[in-house]
Amino acid sequence: MVEWEVIRFSFFNLETLQEIWPMLWRGWLMTVQLCVAVVPLGFFAGTILATIYSLRIKSVNAALIVYVDFFRSVPPLVLLIYVTYGIPLLLGADIDAFVAVLFAFTLNSSSYFGEIVRAGIESIPKGQMEAARSTGLTTLQAMRYVILPQALKNVAPDLTSNTIELIKATSIASVVALPELLRMGRVAQGLVYNATPLIAVAVIYLIMLWPMVRLLSRLERRMMSSR
Amino acid sequence: MARVEPVVEALAIHKSFGDLEVLKGVNLTVAPQELVFIIGPSGSGKSTLLRCCNLLEEPSSGVVKITGEDITAAGVDINQVRQRIGMVFQSFNLYPHMSALGNVSLALRKVKKQPRAQAEAKAQEALERVGLAHKADAYPTELSGGQQQRVAIARAIAMEPDVMLFDEPTSALDPELVGSVLEVMRELRKSGMTMVVVSHEMRFARDAADRVLFMDAGMVVEEGPPDEVFGAPKHERTKAFLASVNGH
Amino acid sequence: MDVFLDEFFNAEVMLKYLPEIIDGFWVTLWLAFLVVVSGLTFGLGLALLRAYQNPVVNAAIILFVDLFRALPPLVIIIVGFFGLPFVGIRLSGFLISWLSLTCVLAAFTEEIYWAGITSVNKGQWEAARSTGLGFGGTLFFVVIPQAIRMTIPPLTNRTIAITKNTALASVVAVPEMLTVAQTSLAYAANTSPLTLAAAGYLLIFFPLTMLSRWIETRFAWKR
Ligand SMILES: Nc1ncnc2c1ncn2[C@@H]1O[C@H](COP(=O)(O)OP(=O)(O)O)[C@@H](O)[C@H]1O
Ligand SMILES: [Mg+2]
Repeated sequence: MVEWEVIRFSFFNLETLQEIWPMLWRGWLMTVQLCVAVVPLGFFAGTILATIYSLRIKSVNAALIVYVDFFRSVPPLVLLIYVTYGIPLLLGADIDAFVAVLFAFTLNSSSYFGEIVRAGIESIPKGQMEAARSTGLTTLQAMRYVILPQALKNVAPDLTSNTIELIKATSIASVVALPELLRMGRVAQGLVYNATPLIAVAVIYLIMLWPMVRLLSRLERRMMSSR
Repeated sequence: MARVEPVVEALAIHKSFGDLEVLKGVNLTVAPQELVFIIGPSGSGKSTLLRCCNLLEEPSSGVVKITGEDITAAGVDINQVRQRIGMVFQSFNLYPHMSALGNVSLALRKVKKQPRAQAEAKAQEALERVGLAHKADAYPTELSGGQQQRVAIARAIAMEPDVMLFDEPTSALDPELVGSVLEVMRELRKSGMTMVVVSHEMRFARDAADRVLFMDAGMVVEEGPPDEVFGAPKHERTKAFLASVNGH
Repeated sequence: MDVFLDEFFNAEVMLKYLPEIIDGFWVTLWLAFLVVVSGLTFGLGLALLRAYQNPVVNAAIILFVDLFRALPPLVIIIVGFFGLPFVGIRLSGFLISWLSLTCVLAAFTEEIYWAGITSVNKGQWEAARSTGLGFGGTLFFVVIPQAIRMTIPPLTNRTIAITKNTALASVVAVPEMLTVAQTSLAYAANTSPLTLAAAGYLLIFFPLTMLSRWIETRFAWKR
């Protein structure tokens, strides 16, 4: 059948690939930058939220729950567009697309990370905090040195999973024209008029994330059997 | 005679959890180098009393003084005070992600701000005192219950506290492991440590305690030297409790 | 403050575009509903298939699951919508979005169902059988209730997270809520239509998120 030749030409066109490779490379670098910034930001913000939550101040916790559930309910793309369109109009000045994207993703991912870390903290027996406090450690020191190390280990699979989700989610920054991997793939596709750039983008994501997905499966299974 | 300043002085301690009044005006005074032993049925408020002494529980009313300092007063830095009050828990509460040495040295480093090397030397010394110098690198899961509890004791004594509180330190242990922990506690007593011990180890109380308190329903019902309380209890409730314990 | 209100909560603009946003709302809801139904069913089907332990089939399932867990949903949708026409396959944006999200949801939920099935240990089977329960009785009264208890919380969480991705359909011109809001936003030069859309998503997903939080505490194992 001719089909195979068409597929090869449209999807796995090596000449095209060679031509557009520099663009994809630049896009990939941007994606990496985005991830390197947004994963730690979301994680730290989430950990701070969870730590505040663990202080059990009723009104504060109610507010935290609303914050978390709010940002877990709005699709990240909606949030992203809202931020990138809204903030410049509000400030009367353009802001860097990268900064806008970081801001939107931090709001979103801190909620997810916050929930995960909270569950981790709640999995640690009360006696750990008490023992630490009884030796004179402050609440925050006890958190930092005693509770969080154990809590984060307990939720390592969920943290990994959320990191994967976050890396995947950075692809939506293409919609607001941030020149990350998917964006550059689409631009390239417009230039060469075949689908090879898109397939290449998919393959690059697979190379980045497949090992993490496998690792996650292993982690999940290990946690399961250690229960 | 000049009055010796007590190490612990808990006066008229009341504690309620919601509607439940757990402590109904308890007094506890512990002189330097004294070992006070607290017995009483489950739920009588023994743990709560101990936890009020280092403010793990905030008393609803009453005053707690440690070496004369009112720690229930406003503005007291409770973390400074807690360094001087060691506590040993029924369930050990060792940090599972740290080695024995890490468990013992953490507060030295973070509360006393000692450099790591100094803190670890000090921790090693404490482990030696509980006979576990050779287990410094072991993690809690690699230790028996008795060894874990001795590490927990080392964690407390490394801070050089003025007083040690023990909340049923041997209740979670297999019978054959109880002896090693009691042995460490005896040594500690010999070295002049002031101690408050909640426990059901009556033999240990007879041997080592200066004074025994019997608590029931949030009150101290009877107190005196071990021979008196065990040998000739005055109150019906004390008698009944001792009978039930000895019956075992 | 006035600027803020005017820009994000402009009543006039909102009122003007409300009818269109509502049309979009129904498209979003319909797409979300289809994704949930087909994704959960497909995922369950895969998990049951996996229970047969055919090595070839299982390898294929694991490949499928890994693929759709590793690829960003937007990449899948874009490859489907902008890539497939090059080999002569032209599907509507709605269909592509539905199929893509169905596969993603199925991949994630297959793992969850499978974990549920394998988590109930043999001791439970033996204990139940020893009391005289038959195979079916054991399955329905002992194993499945425990498996459900384990799977419901991650299942709801995951389903919500993936279903929110219906907003991605805006990229392939499906007239769902976000698309409509963006068009309106362009016409009105004002962010208020987007506020409406955000409110629409909250209307759908906020109760679900709270429900999943409730389920999580409700179904948590007592330790
Ligand atoms: N944090 C708490 N909240 C509510 N009730 C408590 C709490 N801690 C202890 N109690 C109650 O206080 C009473 C005394 O407990 P406790 O001091 O642990 O007794 P004991 O150590 O003598 O067994 C018990 O009825 C117990 O249920
Ligand atoms: Mg107790």
